[in-house]
Amino acid sequence: MSNPEQYSAIKELLYKMADDQLIIGHRNSEWTGIGPVLEEDIAFGSMAQDKVGHAYNFYQLLHEMGEADPDTIAFQRDEKDFKCSHLVELPIGEFDFTLVRHFLFDHAEYIRFEILASSSFEPLANLAKKYKGEIKYHIFHANTWIKQLMNGSEESKARIQSSFNELLATSFSIFEPGPFEDLLIQENIFGGEKALETKWFETINTIASDNGIKLPEVSDRTIAYGGRKGYHTEFLKPMLLEMTEVLRSEPGAEW
Amino acid sequence: MKTVSLDPRISRISDLPDQDETIIVERQEGWITYEVFHQKKTGTQHTHVGIVHAPNPEMAIVFAKESFGRRGATSNIWVVKSEDVTALDYTDSDIFDTTAEKTYRDASFYKTRDKIDQLKESEGHE
Repeated sequence: MSNPEQYSAIKELLYKMADDQLIIGHRNSEWTGIGPVLEEDIAFGSMAQDKVGHAYNFYQLLHEMGEADPDTIAFQRDEKDFKCSHLVELPIGEFDFTLVRHFLFDHAEYIRFEILASSSFEPLANLAKKYKGEIKYHIFHANTWIKQLMNGSEESKARIQSSFNELLATSFSIFEPGPFEDLLIQENIFGGEKALETKWFETINTIASDNGIKLPEVSDRTIAYGGRKGYHTEFLKPMLLEMTEVLRSEPGAEW
Repeated sequence: MKTVSLDPRISRISDLPDQDETIIVERQEGWITYEVFHQKKTGTQHTHVGIVHAPNPEMAIVFAKESFGRRGATSNIWVVKSEDVTALDYTDSDIFDTTAEKTYRDASFYKTRDKIDQLKESEGHE
């Protein structure tokens, strides 16, 4: 990397992506053992592990750029140091809610990785290419479930629709712009949150209307911003405390 | 004192249905059973690996991928409705019984295996 500002821009990008992956991975893992059916329990738990795996690799890349080691980054930061979006912090709710969040998040993730696959920052491009297949499965899984439930009973349709009503405004929190947008675009490191948001909305809007879902009007797409600056919902802190409970009970223990 | 757990596995125990309530599941009310066939490498045979329950073939593929394709190499997966499989009755297994004097019909007299082993040995393979 040629200059310090570029370095900071990449780190900012890596932190927010990895934090989203870790937090949604942890949230989704809360379904382990209580998934709606055995097969889905296995599939959903496995995808949650994929997410944590992605976070690990991005933290590892940050470590190679001079940050702390992945375990320290993941488990020993304060809430305000996390740069995850509000969308991923929310509790899992009922399965329809989790499923719609997974649908909204993973479509953004898939397009993000597609853009990053041609990043001028090679280590990032390599990771994006490496994990594109996993995320492709994640959206295949999400799309299939949405289709299934929108072709199901009155209840399943109503549940999916109401989860979209509840989540759509918050899902724009993924695209909260950072301080280095222009630089990232200019240096071909990343195409920027705005471009990602536009493409994402086109994608989910098409799938939604194909399946009879009416996306609610969102008058203010910035309503759930703040996460990328370290301002979080009330739900993140208790989750972090739970995630680090064992570690804190015996600091420095060897595993 | 009753503490509320953050862990949904614990907090949802209270949501379980009443013990006295009898749940009757009609045939086909649940999902369909699909047989799963897993292919390690393109060109090799698909091997039967187990079953999944799903409402349709597309969902069966989604489930089969994680249940049977997440460890080790996978090139492809097939799912087939179990009810589409035709099988013999086990009471008819005696049709496979063969008699001892017909070993000339088995492929056990070919010497190729020995020759391959010999060749490998001469080339220094194990």
